[in-house]
Amino acid sequence: MRRETPQRLADYGPLFFPAMMLIVFFVVPFATMIAVSFFQRQQGGFYVPAFELSNYQRFLSLFFANVLGFSLMLAIAVAICCVVLAIPFTYLLTRMARKVQIIWLVALLSVLSLSEVIIGFAWSTLFSRTAGITNLLVMAGLMSEAKALLPSFGAVLTGMVYQAFPYTVLVLYPALVRLDPTLTEAARTLGASPIKAFFTVVVPALRNTITATLIMVFIFALGSYLLPQLLGRPQHWTLSVLITDQAIYQSNMPFAAAMAVFLVLVTLGLVALTVIAGRKGEAA
Amino acid sequence: MTEFLKQNIGRRAVLGAGLAGVSMLAMPSILRAQDKSLKVGVYGGYFKDSFDKNIFPEFTKATGIAIEAVAEPTGEAWLVQLEQAAKAGQAPADVSMMSQVSMLKGQATDLWAPLDVAKIKNASNLIDRFVNKYPDGRIAGIGAVSWYITLVTNTDVYKEAPTSWEAFWDPANVDKLGLLALVSNSFLLEVTAKTFFGGTNALDTEEGIEKAFTKLAEVKPNVRLWYRDEAQFEQALKSGEIPMGQYYHDVTGLAAADGNPVRSTFPKEGGIQDSGCWALSRASQKVEEAHIFIDYMSQPSIQAILSRKVGTSPTVKRELTDLTAEEFAAVSSDIEPIIPRYDLYQTKSDWLNQKWTELIVG
Repeated sequence: MRRETPQRLADYGPLFFPAMMLIVFFVVPFATMIAVSFFQRQQGGFYVPAFELSNYQRFLSLFFANVLGFSLMLAIAVAICCVVLAIPFTYLLTRMARKVQIIWLVALLSVLSLSEVIIGFAWSTLFSRTAGITNLLVMAGLMSEAKALLPSFGAVLTGMVYQAFPYTVLVLYPALVRLDPTLTEAARTLGASPIKAFFTVVVPALRNTITATLIMVFIFALGSYLLPQLLGRPQHWTLSVLITDQAIYQSNMPFAAAMAVFLVLVTLGLVALTVIAGRKGEAA
Repeated sequence: MTEFLKQNIGRRAVLGAGLAGVSMLAMPSILRAQDKSLKVGVYGGYFKDSFDKNIFPEFTKATGIAIEAVAEPTGEAWLVQLEQAAKAGQAPADVSMMSQVSMLKGQATDLWAPLDVAKIKNASNLIDRFVNKYPDGRIAGIGAVSWYITLVTNTDVYKEAPTSWEAFWDPANVDKLGLLALVSNSFLLEVTAKTFFGGTNALDTEEGIEKAFTKLAEVKPNVRLWYRDEAQFEQALKSGEIPMGQYYHDVTGLAAADGNPVRSTFPKEGGIQDSGCWALSRASQKVEEAHIFIDYMSQPSIQAILSRKVGTSPTVKRELTDLTAEEFAAVSSDIEPIIPRYDLYQTKSDWLNQKWTELIVG
C-alpha cells in the first residue's frame, strides 16, 4: 500500500466519520461540562447560566487537595502494581503453547465482562469476617480467629488491581509477542541468567510500551468510584466519589463539573510530564 | 443493489412498502395514545415489585387507566433527571414518589405542577404534615407513604435490643456500625439533637448545628461502613459482619420475617420518620389521570393495604384505617417520631454537605 500525504479535501474523507463521532460524543459533552463549571449554583435548586469562579474557589482548599492527592496516589499505586505484576505474567504467557495462551486470554477477557459492582461485592465477601478468606486460614491453623480485612486501603487496592489487570495484560501482550526472541538468546549466550536477561534486555526494550501502559492504567484507575466506596473507609474515597455525591445526591452540577474539569487538567498535566520525561530519557 | 431494484421491483412498490412499514411501526404508539395510561415512578426493587403486584392492577381494574411503572433511583438522582427532562418538555414519569428534600428542591424551580384538591377528595384523610405546599399555598405533593428509619441490630450479636440512639456513641461498639453516608438521608444531625440536645429545635442556629456535628464526630470510631447502597448494609447486618446501625424499619421487618437474625427497634427518642409524596411533573400531559391516581392512593383502605403488603406507615389518619393495633405496631410506633429538618437541607444544603463530608472523610 502506498502512503502519501493527503492532497485534496476528499483524501481526508475517511477521517470525517471518526472526527464527527469524537465531536458529538466527546468534544460537545466536555465543552458543556466546562461551561457548566462556571454556572451559578442555586442552593436548594439547580443552576443558572452565569460566569463565576466560585465553584473553582470552593475546590481550592486543603480538604479537597488531600482528596485529590489521595486519588492520584491511589491511581499511581494501582498502575505500578498492575504493571509490575503483568510484565512477568505476560512475558511467561507469550512463551507458552498457543492453546494455553488462548485459554489464559479468554479467562482474562471474561474478567472484563464483570461489572465493577460484582467485583466490589465479590471482594467484600472474600474479605469479610463471616465468610472471607481468613476463615480458610483459620481452618488451616494459620490464624487463631477470622477477621475482617475490609474496609481498608489494601482491600481497595486489591479490588482495583484486579479490575485493571486484564487491561494491562492485553495492552502488553502484542508488544511482548512481537519481541524478538533472539535478543534474550543473545543475552543468554553472553552469559546472563534468565532473570538478568529479563531485566537488562526485555524490560528496557519495552520501555515505551511500559510507559504507555502505566499511563493507561493510571487514567483507568482515576475514574474508579465504586470500589473505594465498597471496600474502603471514607478516607479512601477518591475525588470521583465526591464528584458523584455532588452531581447525583446534591444536584450541584456546577461544583461537580468544576471538580471534574480540575481532575482532567491535573491528569493531562501528569501525562504530559511523563511523556516529556520519557523523551528526555531517550535523548540522553 | 441498484441492479436488483431495477430488475424486479418498481419505484412505487418500494415507496409503498416503505410507507406501509413506517405506518406499521408507528401503529403501536397510536394505539397506545388512545388508551388511558399513566407513567408512575416508584423506588426500584422491592418497592416497585410490591406496587406492581398489590396496587397497580387493582387501580387499573377500578379506573381503566393503565399504569406503566418506572423504577426510579433513590436519592436525588431522579429529581435531576426529571428536572433536565422537564426543561426539554419531557416527562420520564408523570407522577413520581419523591422524598421531602427532593420536593423542596423541585419547588425551587416550579418542577411540580400544582395539584387541585377539589379533584382529590380523599386528600382530607391525610395527616396535615403529609401535604406538601409551595410557600404561596399551592399544593406541590400529596403524601404517598411514610416510613421509619430505626435502630437495627443483629440478634445473634446483640441478645438484648438497645433502647436508645445513645448506643451509637457507646465505646463498646467500636467498628460495629453501619450508617447512611449522606447528611440529607441519614438524618443523624436530628438524631443527635433529639438524643443529646433536647430536640431538633437545637439545630435552628449554626452554633447549634456545629455542636451537633461535634457530638456526632464522636461516633466516627464506631462506624465501620458509611453506606449509600442499601444492599451493602443489609447483607452485612444479616450476616453479623456489621451488627448494628440505622436502617429502614419495613425492610428489616421483612428480613426478620424471612428468618434472618435481625431486629428493628424504635429507640425511646423515637424513630426517624421520612415520607414520600406523589408529585406531578410540570411537563406531564396526564393531569386528569394523575389526579385520579393520587385520589385513589389516598383512600384509607389503600393505605391499609400498603401497610400490610409493603410495610409502610399510613399517611392518612390512623383512625380512618382498619389496621389492628398489632398491624399498626408492625409499621409504626406510638413513640413521638423524629421528624427531619427538611428546611435545613434546602437553605443550608451546601454548608451542611461540606461540613458533613469533612466530618466523615477528614
